[in-house]
Amino acid sequence: MLAALLAPFVVAVFAPTVRGIAGDRVGLVLALLPAALTLYFAQFIGAVASGETLVFSTPWVPSAGIALSFYVDGLSLLFALLISFIGTFIVLYAGAYLKGHADLGRFLMFILMFMGSMLGLVLADNVVTLFVFWELTSITSFLLIGFNHENARSRRAALQALVVTGGGGLLLLAGLLLMAQVGGSMELSELLVQGELLRNHPWYLGMLLLVLAGAFTKSAQVPFSFWLPNAMEAPTPVSAYLHSATMVKAGVYLLARMNPGLGGTDIWQVLLVSFGAATFFVGAVLALRNTDLKLMLAQTTVASLGLLVFLIGLGHDIAIQAAMGYLLAHSLFKGALFMAAGCIDHETGTREVTRLSGLGRAMPITFSAALLAALSMAGLPPFFGFIAKEFAYKATLDGLWPLAITAIAVLGNALMFAVAFLVGAKPFLGPQSDTPHAPHEGTPGLWLGPVVLAVCGLAAGVLNMLPEQLFIGPAAAAVGGREIAVDLYLWGGFKSPLYLSIATIALGALIFWQSQALRAGVARVLDPLWGPDKGYDQFMDAVVGLARLVTARLQTGTLRNYLLISFLAMAAALVVPLWFVGGFSATLTIPAANFYVWGVAAFTLAGGVAIILTRSRFIAILAMGVLGLGVAFVFLLFGAPDLAFTQLMVETLSVVILALVIARLPVYGRDWRGAPRATRDGIIGIAIGTCMTVLLLSITSRPLDLGLSEYFAAKSYTEAFGRNIVNVILVDFRALDTFGEIAVVVIAGVAVLSLLAFSDGRPERRGRQAEEGR
Amino acid sequence: MNSLVLRTATPFLVALTVLFSIYVLLRGHNEPGGGFIGGLIGASAFATYTIAEGIRAARRALILHPIAIAGIGLFLAGASGVASLVFGDAFLTGQWWFPAFAPDFKYLSTVVLFDIGVYMVVVGTIVAIAIALEEDR
Repeated sequence: MLAALLAPFVVAVFAPTVRGIAGDRVGLVLALLPAALTLYFAQFIGAVASGETLVFSTPWVPSAGIALSFYVDGLSLLFALLISFIGTFIVLYAGAYLKGHADLGRFLMFILMFMGSMLGLVLADNVVTLFVFWELTSITSFLLIGFNHENARSRRAALQALVVTGGGGLLLLAGLLLMAQVGGSMELSELLVQGELLRNHPWYLGMLLLVLAGAFTKSAQVPFSFWLPNAMEAPTPVSAYLHSATMVKAGVYLLARMNPGLGGTDIWQVLLVSFGAATFFVGAVLALRNTDLKLMLAQTTVASLGLLVFLIGLGHDIAIQAAMGYLLAHSLFKGALFMAAGCIDHETGTREVTRLSGLGRAMPITFSAALLAALSMAGLPPFFGFIAKEFAYKATLDGLWPLAITAIAVLGNALMFAVAFLVGAKPFLGPQSDTPHAPHEGTPGLWLGPVVLAVCGLAAGVLNMLPEQLFIGPAAAAVGGREIAVDLYLWGGFKSPLYLSIATIALGALIFWQSQALRAGVARVLDPLWGPDKGYDQFMDAVVGLARLVTARLQTGTLRNYLLISFLAMAAALVVPLWFVGGFSATLTIPAANFYVWGVAAFTLAGGVAIILTRSRFIAILAMGVLGLGVAFVFLLFGAPDLAFTQLMVETLSVVILALVIARLPVYGRDWRGAPRATRDGIIGIAIGTCMTVLLLSITSRPLDLGLSEYFAAKSYTEAFGRNIVNVILVDFRALDTFGEIAVVVIAGVAVLSLLAFSDGRPERRGRQAEEGR
Repeated sequence: MNSLVLRTATPFLVALTVLFSIYVLLRGHNEPGGGFIGGLIGASAFATYTIAEGIRAARRALILHPIAIAGIGLFLAGASGVASLVFGDAFLTGQWWFPAFAPDFKYLSTVVLFDIGVYMVVVGTIVAIAIALEEDR
């Protein structure tokens, strides 16, 4: 299992190489991988259909309970098969769609990486593994949306998708960790059987909201739906794969997965049903508003995701069946329609639905595939979409707020019906229109995917016992966390769902007929309104503005200000805790000390006083050296020769380097900071000095704990073969700390070099000089 | 710098100081000293050389760019820690080798390699900064 999940990542690395060898056949070659994965997952169908679940686990960070554990049940298997099966045709399609593109190899690399991430997401059992793959899908989606990175709109859309879904992912992580904390396990399979415990826990609302934030952002629920239409900037294979068939369903997957653990409560129902229904309606209306084929499809995807969310929210047996059925139907017809829209775009050069008509003669195969998919999307018998819609009506009639939700469902489905034919039939019928390119049929790579997916949609409807037993049944059982008797049928008798279907078709036909007028009406009402997409821009502007403000305040570019802030922070860190623990009560006793100790003290103090009094920079540097020397003497006198030695060397080098630095500084006649600033700096200095003294006094007034010193003294020679404890600690006992410190030293060195190289504002001269120098 | 005394004395001074810095580096495990202090002494030697003989001569004497020396040192320190992984110990656990013919010679270890890495980092970084500052005048 782990090998199967790593394979897409490994193959992805070699995708550009394969491109180099296989040329434009690269899609054909790389499609072998998802095909093999489909077969691999297909072997589990039998076991899972008979009610088994399979667990694969490899330890990752055992001390934190993190494992690469994967879990195959009806739900994850349905998703895994969809991902690898549709992925096969997407890779083929991408190879044909981007034929001759310079970066085709890189594109396929991203697609395969995404496939691996998505498979990991739906199969993950461990919550951390789930989160890692969740964010990997966001990152690969970012790379794919921004594939045309010269285009500013692509870049904005990519960043927007990453901010929205990645941000949601972080909230999800918090939610998952809360669940793990309460349930006492990192494995979903162990958490979800403790539904009672999770639902009755005081943190239930918190974890629910966090998990929902993750799911709603990923699955583009209102008000986070704006990123999905913008993501249509990506090449069409990406839209077909990530933004209709798979990635955007990750949120739906998550909700379905969490249903046995978190679902079923009133708040769960209310939140999912209201957000889902709102999304369904808004998406369907906006789909009619748009005229770009891809944008129309994207908005219907938003609508479908809303439908799935509220079906899961309803949560009873029929609703879960409907959700799983609709999930399957949607992946098939939407994938096919997207690819068909891509064919049209590819062969005619436009996606504007108002400019397209009469392509049926030139593109008969694409037309048949698009029409079959549109019939399934419209929910006509005997397509699988019809079954899914019948069950959805059966579910809404029997759940929360039956009247309102059913009404929204009918209206939304009627809109979807109209859009299905606007996308899948209208461009192909009527007199042939003028398009940028003369239309002609695409290559087999372009039409194979839509044809296969659309035919699957028809076959699944006619032979509905197959998906019922192999996919929908096991998936519904996994979502419900209980046995659910699934019985799909095309003919349910003259009952309410059928009447609702007829009403939907009638209303849908009316909308299709009046689509021009309705579109204009919707545009008049909606376009001037503030939308979340504008809100996103305002939010990002506000974030950048705040960052600018803070930067302008803190990063003044003046060394004095940096030092002032640093010392203020240091003073606060010393004064505040000392004040609260009452540390200022320490008493100062004059210790009996030898005259030379006093001598060193006087020497050191003289250096300090000289720094304050002098107005010459050079004398100040020398006085600093005197002060440092004094401190080195103190170390020497009190038995720390290593420290004294180092201090001495540091002082020497400091004076050398400062002397070099001062040569670069502008020389002022007077170097006096003025009375107000001198007072302020003096107060800060005195505060730090006083507090350090008090701190030292109160530490030394207590008995010293010699435990550590004795430990090192005892172990230093026996374990590390060294007598110099200081050095043994540095290079052996605490070598990792030292390693971190020398890394900082190198980084600081590089930073100084680059600052110096650019300090005169003429980087090009410096750069050349550096090259000549070495 | 055009000082006859400095220029005459520098070769001897620098040679002795560098030698001394290596001595301090190696004795560090048992006596006061070690990579950090040794590195500071070595850096002051090269700083003296730079001031006396000029940047060109200093760069020639160092062969590599000083920041590259620091980088190699950091790599060496890290690599000395990886060695223990091979033997199944945690990262940076000291590994010792006591040759059979000289059992009292306790210097052959990854710990000494680590200390040499520290030495190179300190020398490289400080000399790099000193040369860059000197170059700019």
